[in-house]
Amino acid sequence: MAVMTTAAPVAARGRRDGVRRPRYGDLRTALIFLIPATIGFVTFYLVPAVRGAWFSLTDYSVLAPPRYVGLDNYERLVQDPLFWNAMKVTAYYVVMNIGLQTVLAIAIAVLMQRLTRSALVRGVVLLPYFVANVVVALVWFFMLDVQMGIVNVLLEGVGLDPQAFFGDPALALPTIALINVWRHMGYTALLIFAGLQMIDQQVYEAAELDGAGPLRQFWSVTLPLLRPVLALVLVVTITGSFQIFDTVAVTSGGGPVDATRVIYLYIYDLAFGQLDFGYASALSVVLFLVLLGVALLQLRLTRASESDTN
Amino acid sequence: MSTTTAPTSPPATPPTEAPRTATAPDTGRRRPRWGTVLGWATMIVILLITLFPFYWMLRTAFSTNSELAAQAANLAPAGFTLDAFRRVFGLTTLEESLAQGGAGGRINFWLYLRNSVIMSTAITLGQVFFSAMAAYAFARLRWPGRDAVFAVFLSALMVPGIFTAIPNFVLIKELGLLNTFPGLVLPTFFMTPFAIFFLRQFFLGIPHEIEEAAMIDGASRARTFLRIILPMSAAPITTLAVLTYIQAWNEYFWPLLVGQSDGVRVLTVALGIFRSQTPQGSPDWSGLMAATLVAALPIVLLFVVLGRRIVNSIGFSGIK
Repeated sequence: MAVMTTAAPVAARGRRDGVRRPRYGDLRTALIFLIPATIGFVTFYLVPAVRGAWFSLTDYSVLAPPRYVGLDNYERLVQDPLFWNAMKVTAYYVVMNIGLQTVLAIAIAVLMQRLTRSALVRGVVLLPYFVANVVVALVWFFMLDVQMGIVNVLLEGVGLDPQAFFGDPALALPTIALINVWRHMGYTALLIFAGLQMIDQQVYEAAELDGAGPLRQFWSVTLPLLRPVLALVLVVTITGSFQIFDTVAVTSGGGPVDATRVIYLYIYDLAFGQLDFGYASALSVVLFLVLLGVALLQLRLTRASESDTN
Repeated sequence: MSTTTAPTSPPATPPTEAPRTATAPDTGRRRPRWGTVLGWATMIVILLITLFPFYWMLRTAFSTNSELAAQAANLAPAGFTLDAFRRVFGLTTLEESLAQGGAGGRINFWLYLRNSVIMSTAITLGQVFFSAMAAYAFARLRWPGRDAVFAVFLSALMVPGIFTAIPNFVLIKELGLLNTFPGLVLPTFFMTPFAIFFLRQFFLGIPHEIEEAAMIDGASRARTFLRIILPMSAAPITTLAVLTYIQAWNEYFWPLLVGQSDGVRVLTVALGIFRSQTPQGSPDWSGLMAATLVAALPIVLLFVVLGRRIVNSIGFSGIK
């Protein structure tokens, strides 16, 4: 709110007559208003995007100028087992993370709609989403520790063996997926909750008159009518899920034996660990295309764009 | 309609309970009560799972490392102490720190806290104001190519962070801004597609008459923007500012790339470094939890104060 401190009369106080040139409208004013945002957009989005695409065609270590190598990086990528491993790990992660998270979020949203409008409940459910990934990851890292973690104490309490959640290649990735389910399920639930609010209550009443119980109502009314909202929510959450980095970086660091080396981490290692900026850029181009493809595919499949005007 | 606490329902009512009770709320339908009880039971479990890690962070932060191992399941702090915070804020000597199971290196979370505040504040001020200007041009001004330009700006939403992060890192390096606050702040200082999109939605809804009245009175566009549009949009602007602040505060990737040195290191990056130190075989758990608490507390407080506003903004920003 500290934004609006100046109130001095501003210059550019030209014509006060209502006559506007219809050809260009407010073009001059608009250009002035757009100067800062355009500087930001061109400098930190547009030019970098072009430059990133260019880097992907070069051999570049930052220490020396980029050297054009054509499609070498892309050829290397196709034959790089670590790249395919990273894509596979990321895909597994996304499926586990999004699958469970979406189901839980729908359940929470429906529960909230049936039980309470309480802002407190919604606030609590949302809270984890606003705490930094790094914080969430470290708290769970402690809670899941082999020796001291409360989760393992509880497991032993019911007669099970303690688990090295981050040390076991079979467990590490699901563990990280679950941590992020914990962080995101409330946020996703609120998005879906907002979608539920848009469903006309009369539809439910009609279904009830026809003798549909709560379960039947859920399958035959709620889910179909929720589809456009779900599609948009999935585009947002899947796109985010593919970019998993923070949680892995501060817990497993990609291990054990590359079981959690997700694509983001691999690209990060290549660029900032091995200074292989050209190859890393090629990988990020591919990641960008994959995300674009996923989003387009989803939106087409579910025709979510219909719900959006303008 | 806003119940702030769970209605007290008798736990585990016997299944033989009669479905129709005279005290049922007169909604005209008789839903079996056990469904509601089951619903609340599930909801309470969810809320507990959501809140427990926060409590565990708090409890561990006030514990003693040596006691933690012995009392791993104690719900209260194991050997209540403030030592973990003293270590985290660099108030202990090296010997004391080592004796408490802390690291030998010197850490000072006051500094990282300050850095996080500087970075997040600068990003929020710049991003919100400049994005509001752009949103005004997209929502309230008429000019050729407006919608096309807006679409181009929005398309940046689809670009994954790492795709632009590599060239941006190179740029910041070329400008000699590595390990400076401008380097941390600049990429998100002028705009984000989301911020422009978010404010444009609100600006579109302001009636034209108000603005026209001001302009007939001789106010320029800039003056109208500052004196009418911004004050009228105080609520969404505050919401956006809070969201922006939280996001900047939580950011890990970009500061990890360009803000490694002590003078500009923010909390998230410091936490990652703290975690990788294992002074005596295992991490300094109570110190680590105290540090995460320091990083989380400002956001949790902000959330407690402005939670309702944030909660209500979710449907809007997410769906539309």
